[in-house]
Amino acid sequence: MSSRESILAAVKANQPDSTALPDLSLFGTTEQGSLQKFAEVLGAIGGKIFHVSSYDEIAQTISLQYGDGVKIVSPLKEFKELRTENLDDLTSIHDLHDVDVAILKAHFGVAENGAVWITENEMVHRVLPFVTQHLAIVIDAKAIVPTMHQAYDKISNAVYGFGAFIAGPSKTADIEQSLVIGAHGPRSMAVFVLNDNPYSAEAIK
Amino acid sequence: MEQTTKDHAELAQEFNRDEDRVDWHDETLWFIRAKRDKAAHNIPEWETLRETASQIKNNVLSNLHNYLQQFEQNAIANGVEVHWAADAAEHNQIVHRLINEANVVRMVKSKSMLTEECGLNEYLAKNGIEVIDSDLGERIVQLAEEPPSHIVLPCIHKKKEEIGEIFHKHLGIEAGISDPQFLTETARQHLREVFLTRKVALTGVNFAIAETGEFVVCTNEGNADMGAHLAEVHIASMGIEKLLPERKHLGVFLRLLTRSATGQPITTYSSHFKKPREGKKIHIIIVDNGRTVQLGRKDFRNSLKCIRCAACMNTCPVYRRSGGHSYHTAVAGPIGSILAPNLDMEKYADLPFASTLCGSCSNVCPVKIHIHDQLYKWRQVLVKAGYAPAAKKAGMQAMTWTLSSPALYHMAGKAGRWVLKHAPFAVNNKLNPWFKQRDMPTPPEQSFGEWYKQNGKKK
Repeated sequence: MSSRESILAAVKANQPDSTALPDLSLFGTTEQGSLQKFAEVLGAIGGKIFHVSSYDEIAQTISLQYGDGVKIVSPLKEFKELRTENLDDLTSIHDLHDVDVAILKAHFGVAENGAVWITENEMVHRVLPFVTQHLAIVIDAKAIVPTMHQAYDKISNAVYGFGAFIAGPSKTADIEQSLVIGAHGPRSMAVFVLNDNPYSAEAIK
Repeated sequence: MEQTTKDHAELAQEFNRDEDRVDWHDETLWFIRAKRDKAAHNIPEWETLRETASQIKNNVLSNLHNYLQQFEQNAIANGVEVHWAADAAEHNQIVHRLINEANVVRMVKSKSMLTEECGLNEYLAKNGIEVIDSDLGERIVQLAEEPPSHIVLPCIHKKKEEIGEIFHKHLGIEAGISDPQFLTETARQHLREVFLTRKVALTGVNFAIAETGEFVVCTNEGNADMGAHLAEVHIASMGIEKLLPERKHLGVFLRLLTRSATGQPITTYSSHFKKPREGKKIHIIIVDNGRTVQLGRKDFRNSLKCIRCAACMNTCPVYRRSGGHSYHTAVAGPIGSILAPNLDMEKYADLPFASTLCGSCSNVCPVKIHIHDQLYKWRQVLVKAGYAPAAKKAGMQAMTWTLSSPALYHMAGKAGRWVLKHAPFAVNNKLNPWFKQRDMPTPPEQSFGEWYKQNGKKK
């Protein structure tokens, strides 16, 4: 008997009588996620939030933040001027090792933990949001869900090869519990919350 | 790594030699427990979440036969190759074969307690394969040639000065550096080079979804992603109990896991691996290694609900003061003490006794495993099966004998009080294990029985 068969046989013989799955609807809510809460939590876990009303504003902020001479990549057409290299010209993903700033669009943010959901489509290369020294994420102001339950409601049965919740810059506290930002991945994470209507209540907040 | 024949008490004694370190260890882990409390109290529905997670895991264990096959089928449809390993040896052989097939002799690995359980690093080293652990804490203990002492904080037993010394010796930094920022940056540079040059990466698995065939890996450092996304071959090792029925169940578990572990709202990265990159490979190894046996043990099967958050360790008064290495098993602390005897009753007979049965572990467990009940039950199983240490057996027999006779009981009480009062040297010595790190109590003048005889009927 193969190990597969012997394991499955042992599981079948030893598993207890079937019990029912619990109802998750009690975690449901019709409330919108709070942008304010998202910003607070993101700040607490080491991320930085920028409320902006246009892609131009994002480009200006990034130029100001990181200065000249840095390698910036982004698949977003809005940053054609800003980017220093075209991801389409890449011959090997290992060439991404010296990227300073990657600007990527995320699907939505989660208010309770400051995470954003992003899949391979928006990353172009899976390693990009991890290998870059600094990560810049763009999300729509309206795309905030309250908790992880609504996050998975939103993801639903979406098809992706790879997806990740990313919550802040990479970090470690392995040495005597001292928090150090910038373990193996990005040393900083900026989230640009894009509100097309600069006079809306959310943008003023 | 050194194989030990010492038991928990002897190993704890070694750890206890450095009192300052024990105090630091104790307070630091308690601080993490306090952070867990704060995070949990921020969620009004926390207890409902725990109950829900517990019920989901109960459902998983009771339908595991179906879920495993469903997961396998979906993973294969996603282009992932699935392997099954009955035990540690088979798991290690599969990994070795996959490395050979990739024509390399080096691999980068992110945190996987399962590979610690299987002794993978030692096995591969013997076969000429170099493995580099990429989690910072794991890299530190690997360089120090020690096992991790905690499943979430692998080098919590080490002081920053010692880590500076290790990096001085192995990574070429100047002597005498102990700044965590500098040390972390040193490791970042060193491991970046590793990530960029390894063709095979191994990761653990936090959750595997039967419905979709995807699996989720959680890290704060980003090391699992750096390894897996830069490699040609990604090997993911998982125990059979890691399954969840549907993707939406991740919402429950990702809310609980990191809040319970470190008090963070979520890990920095919760990565969902579904399909391999174009032209690359993902292999999943589904490992039994005693889990199906535990599944058949009615009193202990619930231990398979564990999601490895380590909250039970951080809160445990014994773990905090004895250190992870005193448990001489891959998963230390209260949960480790109910998992390990399943693998080897004789070798781990001491562990269920390394507890005060205070129940704090059960109170913080995010999936409601009754850890302290199981510790108590393991004690009974182990004593009945003849695995209790001789001294403990003799003590228990003497106790049974004394407690079964009121006359003997009264005499023993009197004798004990007399000794503590008139001949304290008879118990305040090294021969009495209770005296280690403790003062003996001041003896009362009389027993309660004697007091009651005098005073009980006065009213």
